[in-house]
Amino acid sequence: MEAMLKLTNINKTFNPGTINENKVLNNVNLTLEPGDFVTVIGGNGAGKSTILNVVAGVFPVDTGTIILDGEDITKLPEHKRAKHIGRVFQDPMQGTAADMEIQENLAMANRRGKNRGLAWGITKEEKEKFYKLVKELGLGLEDRLSDKVGLLSGGQRQALTLLMSTIQKPDILLLDEHTAALDPKTAKIVLDITNHIIENQNLTAIMVTHNMRDAIKIGNRLVMMSEGNIIYDVKGEEKSKLKVDDLLKKFEEYSGDEFSNDRILLQR
Amino acid sequence: MQSILLALQGALSQGLLWAIMALGVYITFRLLNTSDLSVDGSFATGGSVAAILISNNVNPILAILAAIFSGAIAGFITGFLHTKCKIPAILSGILTQLSLYSINLRIMGRSNIPLLKYDNIFKSFSESTGINTMMSTIIIGAIIIVLVIGIMYWFFGTEIGSALRATGSNENMVRSLGVDTNYAKIIGFMIANALVAFSGALVTQSQGYADVKMGTGAIVIGLASIIIGEVLVRKGTNFALKLSAIVFGSIVYRSAVAVVLQLGLNTDDLKLFTAVLVAIALTAPVIVESSDRNKMVKSEEEQ
Ligand SMILES: Nc1ncnc2c1ncn2[C@@H]1O[C@H](COP(=O)(O)OP(=O)(O)O)[C@@H](O)[C@H]1O
Ligand SMILES: [Mg+2]
Repeated sequence: MEAMLKLTNINKTFNPGTINENKVLNNVNLTLEPGDFVTVIGGNGAGKSTILNVVAGVFPVDTGTIILDGEDITKLPEHKRAKHIGRVFQDPMQGTAADMEIQENLAMANRRGKNRGLAWGITKEEKEKFYKLVKELGLGLEDRLSDKVGLLSGGQRQALTLLMSTIQKPDILLLDEHTAALDPKTAKIVLDITNHIIENQNLTAIMVTHNMRDAIKIGNRLVMMSEGNIIYDVKGEEKSKLKVDDLLKKFEEYSGDEFSNDRILLQR
Repeated sequence: MQSILLALQGALSQGLLWAIMALGVYITFRLLNTSDLSVDGSFATGGSVAAILISNNVNPILAILAAIFSGAIAGFITGFLHTKCKIPAILSGILTQLSLYSINLRIMGRSNIPLLKYDNIFKSFSESTGINTMMSTIIIGAIIIVLVIGIMYWFFGTEIGSALRATGSNENMVRSLGVDTNYAKIIGFMIANALVAFSGALVTQSQGYADVKMGTGAIVIGLASIIIGEVLVRKGTNFALKLSAIVFGSIVYRSAVAVVLQLGLNTDDLKLFTAVLVAIALTAPVIVESSDRNKMVKSEEEQ
């Protein structure tokens, strides 16, 4: 089977040649098969977000190649990669346009990667489609489609962002701690929606999380990062049998001293 | 009394013509959520282009089209400086405005072109209908305003227009949805300044001359119109209504100016008056909000 995402020898240093020089990705190699749902854990500053940003093209890599669904996208600017990539961020404000209606946001997302012209920005068929999709979220938003997104709660916005990022099936879905800013109950709802969408559409996805239980429970593969390196990569049955303590032990094994720091940052 | 009525009629006609400029400012200020200070320059560019063409016996309508086009170019320059050269929007606008001062002098070949001898759209309309010039200006101004609002309503509902509005609301999101936000912003700056120059060309024809300084303070007048409109029409989210509120704001602004001039304000103090008015109008939402909050606190206490 051909890989869906193949990162080869990715290096990224921020502020090279200055006193703030910071090597954030250290020769990272990562290959995702189609349908892989990878959870990523690691301490603060390990480079988790940077990997997602590199895939999305937020900034260029120093060396290495990024192949997505057989296409070399290493040099492609962010808005051109967007066609293939869905993203949800930690900050609920980041994924939606607050000043625009729910349905306008969805209509924008429904045109991800397509040429935009002078056709009307939202069609009647789309409104019907959005009604059905939003109803499936089970948050009661289907009757508020012409409300401004700014009126929604953080959880509602994240659920909407999830819908927006997958309304056109992406080659890969990138989730960066997208439940971290929510209260536990809302986080669980959004996580359930995430799981549902990914399974339903059989998406390839990477989900960064601070919650080790979630990381074990969800997805078919788990990757642990420390200081710009992938230090642990586990799949299938072996992964589902993991315990939080196993992960903590792994962490200690690889990162020695800073473990005590990171232990605080990783939630059980 | 007679003179006040006449002055208010004048305010209505001027308010309509200048409202087109305010609608342009609205695009950058509210929809793109940025500041475009090229307006003072591009307003005069619209006037200069129209004046030089009309004084060379070009059809006034063609002169207006040329003015609109020149405004779009000015907007392109500001947008290019901002997005591609990464210069902050405010500075990009100031640079364009400054260079337009020289360019406008070049266009006109001098600092002022009188046009009283020549045809203009208001005069032609007045001559062919027998309606006086003031009323002609009001009628044509109103027709143009309806057209401009209609076109804006349509454009900002299209795919490109929606992308442009979204860029002002959340640029990162829009980029992640595959829109080249630089392109969206440049289009916004171009349309905005095209409208501003359109307004400049109309004002030139109506006042019968173009002057290189005619755009000074235009941006503040545009903001005044927007904010007065927003303060007076607080209800409703309909886009066409919001745009109409700006036109209303522009007319109210002109009327206020007419009244204070009638009351004996020195024209030299007009810019100070405008600045103070805008400062007050900008403060109004803060005052309204805090009084709303006071009311909320009070009603909570009562419960
Ligand atoms: N755009 C940037 N410019 C400079 N440094 C950055 C940038 N983004 C991230 N970093 C630095 O890179 C390191 C890794 O960041 P990140 O990938 O966000 O970590 P995390 O694993 O917590 O998501 C951090 O030290 C961070 O300060
Ligand atoms: Mg992060």
